[in-house]
Amino acid sequence: MDQYLLNIIFVGLTFALYIGIAIWARAGSTSEFYTAGGGVHPVLNGMATGADWMSAASFISMAGMIAFVGYDNSTFLMGWTGGYVLLALLLAPYLRKFGKFTVPDFIGDRFYSQTARLVAVLCLIIASLTYVIGQMTGVGVAFSRFLEVDKDTGLYIGAAIVFFYAVFGGMKGITYTQVAQYCVLIFAYTVPAVFISLQLTGNPIPGLGLFSDHVQSGIPLLQKLDQVVTDLGFNSYTGHHVSTLNMFLFTMSLMIGTAGLPHVIIRFFTVPKVSDARWSAGWALVFIALLYVSAPAVGAMARLNLIDTIYPQGADAEPLAYDERPEWIKNWEVTGLLKYQDKNGDGKIQYYNDKSEEFAPIASERNWAGSELDVNRDIMVLANPEIAKLPAWVIALIAAGALAAALSTAAGLLLAISSAISHDLIKSCLKPDISEKGELKAARLAMAVSICVATYLGLNPPGFAAQTVALAFGLAAASLFPALMMGIFSKRINNHGAVAGMLTGLIFTLIYIFVYKGWLFIGSTAMLPDDADHWVMGISPLSIGTVGAVLNFIVAYVVSKLTKEPPQEIRDLVESVRTPRGVGGALNK
Amino acid sequence: MPDDIQKNTTESSDTENSAYWSANIRLIRGCLFVWFIVSFGFAIILRPLLADIKVGGSDLGFWFAQQGSILFFLVIIFFYSWRMNKIDHQFDVDDE
Repeated sequence: MDQYLLNIIFVGLTFALYIGIAIWARAGSTSEFYTAGGGVHPVLNGMATGADWMSAASFISMAGMIAFVGYDNSTFLMGWTGGYVLLALLLAPYLRKFGKFTVPDFIGDRFYSQTARLVAVLCLIIASLTYVIGQMTGVGVAFSRFLEVDKDTGLYIGAAIVFFYAVFGGMKGITYTQVAQYCVLIFAYTVPAVFISLQLTGNPIPGLGLFSDHVQSGIPLLQKLDQVVTDLGFNSYTGHHVSTLNMFLFTMSLMIGTAGLPHVIIRFFTVPKVSDARWSAGWALVFIALLYVSAPAVGAMARLNLIDTIYPQGADAEPLAYDERPEWIKNWEVTGLLKYQDKNGDGKIQYYNDKSEEFAPIASERNWAGSELDVNRDIMVLANPEIAKLPAWVIALIAAGALAAALSTAAGLLLAISSAISHDLIKSCLKPDISEKGELKAARLAMAVSICVATYLGLNPPGFAAQTVALAFGLAAASLFPALMMGIFSKRINNHGAVAGMLTGLIFTLIYIFVYKGWLFIGSTAMLPDDADHWVMGISPLSIGTVGAVLNFIVAYVVSKLTKEPPQEIRDLVESVRTPRGVGGALNK
Repeated sequence: MPDDIQKNTTESSDTENSAYWSANIRLIRGCLFVWFIVSFGFAIILRPLLADIKVGGSDLGFWFAQQGSILFFLVIIFFYSWRMNKIDHQFDVDDE
C-alpha cells in the first residue's frame, strides 16, 4: 500500500475517534462548555493538559530546533517543563480554590477593578493569538506533507479543520478527546524514536540512547555527532555558543510564560479539589516529560541521520548525487519546505555551513559554492522516520500524531480566547444581561475571527513554530504571571499597581518584539535586523519576556506602595484563596 | 480587624492560618531553590564547573540541560504535593 493512502487512513481513523468523542460528549450548558462540570480526575486531567500543552511547537518543531543547534536550544526543554513547577507551587492550587472560570475573573476580583479585568483580557488575547499563529505554522507543515501539497494550501485546509473542531466541541468534548489525542501523539512520537535509537545505539530508550555509544563507529553518539557537524563547518553540537545571559533569560521567559498562559491555567479549574490541582500539575508534567526526555534524542539522531544520508561515505568524502536522492527528499520538495539548488553545477548535494569563515578555505578547495540544501527546521521530526527508512506505518503514525498535537492545542487556545471575549469582556463588562445562548454565540464568533487572523499571519510567520510560540510565552510571562503571583502572595498590591504593572510588562515586551519581528508581526515593517548584533545587550526578542516580567513586578510594587492599600474584603479574599478548606465546585457565581 | 495591623499587611488575620502560610512559604522556597539549581545552575551557569564529569560523550551539564532537569522537576512537584497535603492536614485546613 502506498504511503499517501496509508497516511490518509491513519489520519482519518484518529480524526473519526476525536470527532466521535466530541459528539458523544457535546457541551450542553455554558458551565460545561468551559470546565467540563468541574469533575475530572487528576490523572486524566494531567493527560488532557499534556495534549493541550504539547502543541505543534513541542511535537513538530522543538526537536528540529535542537537538532540544528544542539545544546544551546536546551532552553526549550527546560523552559517548557520547568514552568510546571511554578504552576504547581505558585498558582494552580490557589486559583482552583478561588473557583471561577477564567484568569481575568481572578484578576478582576482580586484587584477589585474592571480595568484590571479588561487589561487581563487584552494580555490573554494577545498572548493566545500569538500562540495560535505558531500552531497554524505547524498545522501547515503537517498538512502539506501528508496531503502532498504546498505549505500554504496545507495551512488553509488545516485552519478549516481546526475551526470545525474547536467550534463544535466545548471543554468537555475537548477534555476527553484530548485524552485520546494524548495517547495518539505520545505513541506516534515514541515509536519512531525507539526504532531510531535501537538502530543507532542498540538502546531502546531514546533518552538513554542519546548518551550511549554509536553502534556503527563504536564511539559515544554525541562525540560522533560533534565530529561530523564540525567536519562540515557547523558549531559543535554539545558546545555552548550563545550568550549565557540570553540563554538564562530565554529559559526563564518560557518557564514563567508556561505558568501564565491562560489555556493551561484554566485546566486546573477542572479538578474537584485543591490538593487535586497540585497533583494534577505533577501528572501533567509526567505525561509531558515522556515526550520531552525523548525529544533531545530525536533531535540529535535526526541530525546524524540527515548528514549520513547526504554524505554516505562520511562527512569528509563526496556527497550524494541529486539524481540519487531518496524518496523523502522528493516528498518534502513538493511542500517547498526543503529546497535544493545546484550552486556549483556538479549535480551533487553539498550541505555545510557556508557562513563559517574557518570552513570557507576548505569549501573553495573542494569547489563548493555554498550550501545547496535548505532544510526547514520544522520538518525534522516529521521527516525523521523517513530519513531513518522506517516502515510506512510508522511514517503514517507520526503524521497522525503531529495533527493531534497541533489540533488539540489550537482548540484549547481558541477556547481560552473565546471565553475571554464572551465571558470576561461581553458578559462581565459590556452586556451583563446577555443570555446563555448569546454568550455561546459570541464565543463561537470570537473563535472564527481569531482563526482567520492566525491563518493570515501564519502564512508568513515571525519564526519557526517553536519560536513563534516562544514569543507568546514571553508575552504571557511579562503580563499575566506577575499579576497572578502577586495577587496570591501579596496582600499589599492594589488595583492601580496591578494595572500599571501588567500594562508596563505587556507594552514593553510587545514593542521590543515588534521592533525586531515587524509591527503586528508583519515582517516587512521590522525596524532593526533580528540578530544578536542588533539586540540590546544580546537579549533576543524571544527572551525579553523575563525583563518585561521584572518591570511588571517593580512597577506594581512601587505604584501600590504610593497608593491606597486594598480594602479589608480583598485581604480576606486573599486569605481564603490561600486556604484549601471550603473549596466549592468550579461553577459560576 | 483593627486598622493598627496595616503596617504588617502580609500577616494573616488569624495566627493559626499564618503559621500554616509560613510553613507553605518555607516549603516553596526550598523547592524553588532545587528548581533553580538543576536548571539555571547545573545546566547553564555552573556547566563549566561540571565539565570534568563526563556523561556518555558529553558532560554532566549537558545531561542536566537535556534530561536531568526535567526529571528533577517531576520529583519537586510530587514532593511538594505530598508535603503540602500533610501540612494541610496538620493545620486542619485540608479540603475534605
